Amino acid sequence: MHAASPDCVSAEATRSPRASAMWLRAISVTCAAMLMASCHEGVLDPHGPVGKAERIILYDSTAIMLAVVIPVILLTLLFAWWFRAKNKQARYRPDWEYSGRIEMIIWSIPALIVLFLGGIAWTGSHDLDPPRPLESTTAPLDIEVISLDWRWLFIYPHEGIASLNRLVVPAGVPLRFRLTSTTVMNSFFVPQLGSQIYAMPNMVTRLNLLADEPGTFEGLSAMFSGDGFSDMRFDVVSTDKEAFKDWVNTTKTQGGVLDANSFEELSKPAKVDGAHTYAEVSEGLFERISSRSSAAVSPQRGQ
Amino acid sequence: MFGRLSWAAVPFDVPVVMIAAGSVGFIIFCVLALVTVKGWWPYLWREWITSVDHKRLGVMYIGLALLMLVRGFSDAMLMRSQLALAAGHAQGYLPPEHYDQIFSAHGTIMIFFVAMPFVIGLMNFVLPLQLGVRDVAFPVLNSIGFWLTAAGVLLVNVSLVVGEFSRTGWLAYPPLSEVAYSPGVGVDYYLWSLQISGLGTLLSGINLTTTILKLRAPGVGYRQMPIFCWTALASNLLIVAAFPILTATFAMLLLDRYCGFHFFTNELGGNPMMYVNLIWSWGHPEVYILILPAFGVFSEVVATFSGKPLFGRRSMVMATMVICVLSFLVWLHHFFTMGAGADVNAFFGVMTMLIAVPTGVKVFNWLFTLYGGRIRFTTPVYWALGFMVTFVIGGMTGVLMAIPPADFVLHNSLFLIAHFHNVIIGGVVFGVMAGITYWFPKAFGFTLNERLGKAVFWCWFFGFYLAFMPLYVLGLMGATRRMQHYSNLHWQPLMLVALAGALLILLGIALTGVQLAVSIRQRERNRDLSGDPWNGRTLEWSTPSPPPVWNFSQLPQVDRADAFWAMKQQRGTAQGPNLKRTYQTIHVPRNNPTGFFLAFCAVLLGFSLIWHIWWSAGLGLVGAIVVCLRQAWRTDGEIEIPAEKVAAFERLHGLKEAAV
Repeated sequence: MHAASPDCVSAEATRSPRASAMWLRAISVTCAAMLMASCHEGVLDPHGPVGKAERIILYDSTAIMLAVVIPVILLTLLFAWWFRAKNKQARYRPDWEYSGRIEMIIWSIPALIVLFLGGIAWTGSHDLDPPRPLESTTAPLDIEVISLDWRWLFIYPHEGIASLNRLVVPAGVPLRFRLTSTTVMNSFFVPQLGSQIYAMPNMVTRLNLLADEPGTFEGLSAMFSGDGFSDMRFDVVSTDKEAFKDWVNTTKTQGGVLDANSFEELSKPAKVDGAHTYAEVSEGLFERISSRSSAAVSPQRGQ
Repeated sequence: MFGRLSWAAVPFDVPVVMIAAGSVGFIIFCVLALVTVKGWWPYLWREWITSVDHKRLGVMYIGLALLMLVRGFSDAMLMRSQLALAAGHAQGYLPPEHYDQIFSAHGTIMIFFVAMPFVIGLMNFVLPLQLGVRDVAFPVLNSIGFWLTAAGVLLVNVSLVVGEFSRTGWLAYPPLSEVAYSPGVGVDYYLWSLQISGLGTLLSGINLTTTILKLRAPGVGYRQMPIFCWTALASNLLIVAAFPILTATFAMLLLDRYCGFHFFTNELGGNPMMYVNLIWSWGHPEVYILILPAFGVFSEVVATFSGKPLFGRRSMVMATMVICVLSFLVWLHHFFTMGAGADVNAFFGVMTMLIAVPTGVKVFNWLFTLYGGRIRFTTPVYWALGFMVTFVIGGMTGVLMAIPPADFVLHNSLFLIAHFHNVIIGGVVFGVMAGITYWFPKAFGFTLNERLGKAVFWCWFFGFYLAFMPLYVLGLMGATRRMQHYSNLHWQPLMLVALAGALLILLGIALTGVQLAVSIRQRERNRDLSGDPWNGRTLEWSTPSPPPVWNFSQLPQVDRADAFWAMKQQRGTAQGPNLKRTYQTIHVPRNNPTGFFLAFCAVLLGFSLIWHIWWSAGLGLVGAIVVCLRQAWRTDGEIEIPAEKVAAFERLHGLKEAAV
């Protein structure tokens, strides 16, 4: 969409005496245009409190740093231009190599910025720690996530149903995820809801998210996991609470049973091939998978 | 007899590979034929292959890196063009099993076989000259280090034609890289070539650390040592401390793969998270191993061409050493999303940001070195200014990702890819290009063509912005790394812009070739007869270009930083040059083929282990031991250069200098 602009500007800029200034303007205009384009999807267009808090952190920290970065870039260009060898007006100070005052300032500026950002990092890490429950008056919905080669399985333990490659959630209800993997590492990520977390074999990670309003958001694996990785995408469908209840009830009436046998079938490597639901899930399936080694590889091991 | 190796290992059915391999094979054949026909073998053997001269080795390191840059960049072009095509339902022209090898090879080659040899090559060439000494501490070890790196390079490139390369990304995270999920030879190629070249890097690090700590011209204390030597010291200390971690980690993964151990497997108590921790406690120092010498280059370039000393030298040294220490305390920021807990994440986030303080100080130091200068806009200065403008942006996005909650949405995205290319291209590549242009006349006795040098700079500079600014945006839009195709058609225009940027960089790389050719043709016009083409400040400019084998006919006497600058000032004010020089016999190390033979054995050993050909692996191992023993019992390590020869060389140089 902005393919042409930087190209032609750059060609002119190399020839113009004010090349750097023009180039800088071209960069900022292009960046602004590209950023605007990115505001309509992904992490800059969040639909939940976690994503929104993270967007604030992104914006604030960038603004704080730009307050130093932009002057530094401008000063670099200014100093280089003014002190060019041909400029007879510039004062040459061949022996100037130390100034205690400047030294103090140049250590202080980055130190202060880091103090500030360090505070953001510290509080942000605690407020937005993935296992931390979200504040809400509504009781959370538990969802167990299993990454397969190369699909996603979502189990609703209290509802006793499961869904393959499609995550249906009620809007406004905190979602409490527990995640594991059957084989290799993956990362569970829904950019428009916020934080991602790894799904790892023999381990359980936790994540809390919430979708503010109904909508469909894209989910994906953000951790390379093999040949089928690029297709490990799924839709997150956020509905109102009534529609979610309906979906649960309908799901309970159709689709097969997810038990040890059908799971064995699922854990064979395969690429994403549409969504699927299960009317019934055998109790404790997630626990069995997350606390033993990969069924496909070493069925002999059990704990 | 041949283990897993058979004709099926050669991908005759993949035309891209066969054409690439065929043309490379043809070029190699032509070069070898030319060398044979012209009778250049004895010269090559004597002057290059068995040379233990640090200057020759430095040049060979950089030549190797340039060659591998072409290989690594062709991988980059394949990836960018694939992603420009594979939008919506399109799958592009590279299937996942091929694409996965390409991005793994790109990362591995660019870090281990381009950036590392570039940086080590520069340090090798420059350090003894800046320290005012005649050689490095362990010249033979130096040659072994280079040849082991070359052995690793050879193995990686063989994987293109015989078998396959790793499909697990440049760091080969288990359990994906375990036999259960990667049964082929790809990961073995990756592991063995990096074990061999990693050993070479460690040896080189030991050698250069010792050189800086123990070998310096009279009067060169730590306070007088040029800033590039300081950054090289920090970098080599990091090599010595970090590379053993890499070797040990890979050794554990190799035991898993070859002997059925369970360090990182899913079964029997294996823990893949341990690998991730270990590999990054090497991996993070590694990026500082690369960037610190580049910082050193910029310090030299900015000071020299501003015609004034570096501003805040003590600050700069302190900042360098602080970075050196802190770089070991930040590794966890590569996996905030693994669920370590808020306190741990916050600690490593804050530690990471702390590194931004000394780095920021460095930028300000360069800024104030420009202030009050009389700046000559040569090509190295272009690279330095381009670096200062670009690097602060990369630093900013790096600090952004050091904030754990921000990383939760940016981790593994194209934003991350843009960030580290921003610092690696904008920092390391720009630094190496500045360094090559700056020290080229010292190595070869003539300067590089400035016009073409600046053209190369503009290609890289604009090419970088075009190629990677869209990736920042794509990352924010939710595009993740290592995807072979994507469904979102909105991303395609930005992918096309990125491809255009990559093409511009390609033009830059091609122009580097042109620049070299043109400069060699115009060498008589651009001769550096004085040895000091840039009005330099440090000792390497006090000796002729190219320096004699012994570097300095008389060891310089130093009493301050910027020693050569001070000498020139004194020469100008007090008396003329000291004509009554006396010379003594100089001892230099004799040529030694140990490195070359060891590399030969290492390639045989590595290749055999990869393909499970146990008898020839044994042969390679025994061969390597025999070569080492032979080296250990060697007695005639040095040759003498008589004082008359040194005097004659200096007389000749004096005449040339007088002619300028």
